Amino acid sequence: MSIDLKTIKHIAKLSRISIDDKKAKELEKDLNSIFEFIEALNKVDTKKVDPLTSIAETSLKLRGDDVKTKNIREQILKNSPDENKDFFVVPKVVE
Amino acid sequence: MSDIINLTLSALINKIKKKELSSQEITNAYIARAEKSKDLNTYITTDFENAIEKAKKFDEKGNFDYKLPGVPLAVKDLFCTNNLKTTAGSKILSNFIPSYESTVTQHLWDEGAILLGKLNCDEFAMGSSNETSFFGNVESPVGKKVVPGGSSGGSASALAAKLTPATIGTDTGGSIRQPASFTGTVGLKPTYGSCSRYGIVAFASSLDQAGPMTQDVSDAALMLDVISKYDTKDSTSVNFKRGDYFKSLSSNIKGKKIGIPKEYRVDGMPKEIESLWQDGITLLKKLGAKIIDISLPHTKYALPAYYIVAPAEASSNLARYDGVKYGYRSEGENLISMYENTRSEGFGDEVKRRIMIGTYVLSSGYYDAYYLKAQKIRRLIKNDFDEAYKSVDAILTPSTPSSAFKIGDKTDDPVSMYLNDIFTVPVNLSGLPAISIPAGKDKNNYPLGLQLIGKAFEEQNLLDISYSMEKELSFKNNLQDWWIK
Repeated sequence: MSIDLKTIKHIAKLSRISIDDKKAKELEKDLNSIFEFIEALNKVDTKKVDPLTSIAETSLKLRGDDVKTKNIREQILKNSPDENKDFFVVPKVVE
Repeated sequence: MSDIINLTLSALINKIKKKELSSQEITNAYIARAEKSKDLNTYITTDFENAIEKAKKFDEKGNFDYKLPGVPLAVKDLFCTNNLKTTAGSKILSNFIPSYESTVTQHLWDEGAILLGKLNCDEFAMGSSNETSFFGNVESPVGKKVVPGGSSGGSASALAAKLTPATIGTDTGGSIRQPASFTGTVGLKPTYGSCSRYGIVAFASSLDQAGPMTQDVSDAALMLDVISKYDTKDSTSVNFKRGDYFKSLSSNIKGKKIGIPKEYRVDGMPKEIESLWQDGITLLKKLGAKIIDISLPHTKYALPAYYIVAPAEASSNLARYDGVKYGYRSEGENLISMYENTRSEGFGDEVKRRIMIGTYVLSSGYYDAYYLKAQKIRRLIKNDFDEAYKSVDAILTPSTPSSAFKIGDKTDDPVSMYLNDIFTVPVNLSGLPAISIPAGKDKNNYPLGLQLIGKAFEEQNLLDISYSMEKELSFKNNLQDWWIK
């Protein structure tokens, strides 16, 4: 099976990564060679095998939902790429 | 000064405790050497002024009972450090200043260590040669224009070049052991769940594990004592009884059963790797261990399975980089184009490739064929190890299928780069501990490593076997300091 240019552009869209035609062609070549390598897995019969979803086979522990770090609002907002001091700002989403 | 940088971590600590050396003398020695070693490009961010200040404070009223009393250390730039830029080697985090500290680095500072700075690595730890970092390639001190391995390439290079007495890296598919092997240093990937993942920039959460990179095995034991602790902030941290690794080190391995997996004898493996492995087997016999031939039949499927599982998890983990709350942003005419431009400009090629692979294998219609299939293969690989461990205590393999290569040699073909991790990846998929120790050199005088793989949570056993081998191997890097300006 090979991945065509249209699929590459679709995956890029799903990944929220903009790519031009040149980049899409490069990715088509790279991803096809990687998937050719991955296809080896089809040789293994896994009908009776359970998937391994986590190596730490313990159940997740519950804990209280307590605030442990306080007064870091300013510090957190400082990392925001936008200048606004009080909020995270994104381009307008409603007209 | 040259005396200081030639000491192992444990020797340095002895000198500090006996007050033969001060924290300031040591810190200044490492800083002076780093200033002359800029060509290796090991550091992304230095914190030298603060380090000198902290060393001064330690000398005035420090606690000499700490495990790392006044010891300066540089760490991989994948660990979040409070108030100090943490980039993960990426443009998208090039201006990110965390408001919290990773658990493992906090353990270092709690035991008296002093941060020197943040070391270069492959972007989001995705790479095997430190050639994907936004901050440029790292050169290995073992040879000009030679890669240090990756992704903890800056850590390995800084350690081998004696810019830090020890360091910590992270290992998702071999990122501690492969660079350790390439640079003639010791690298330990602990059992999944040993060291907290809290505050480590996530790549593939079911595989990521932090671990020590050191000059010798006892230093690795010492560092593991400090960083291996149960942490409620990491939901997959395991609360098991940890050993007193450094104090318990023993070189008596008589009667230990070591497995030799035939599947690791791969096509095209250079003769020097084959003979390195044979010499390792001979040495273990001499030390009184029993050698047992074993089979890990699904070994060849580990790497393809890894290249589904790791990118799938990465594509989810890296969805958070959207240019809104932190990191790099590129403007767009609307919200979606802002996301798309930010991620297109902020991520490098290898990271984009892996996000795309991950998105594809998780996308509608392909999930069962790829992701679920890979998880089933992962089970088979783990079962292979479980079966082998019924008859052996540990497994000996080469760390890598080749020695270090030149910068640029493998960047055109992603698959040939991925093959570097063929011997290290099965360990991550199975959550096991493994260590790489320097064991010989190739024809170019570049180091070669042997890997010991242990049972889950039996790091002590692994450390003991490698400790006994190290004594006999007496490996020396003998670097010529060619990069010093």
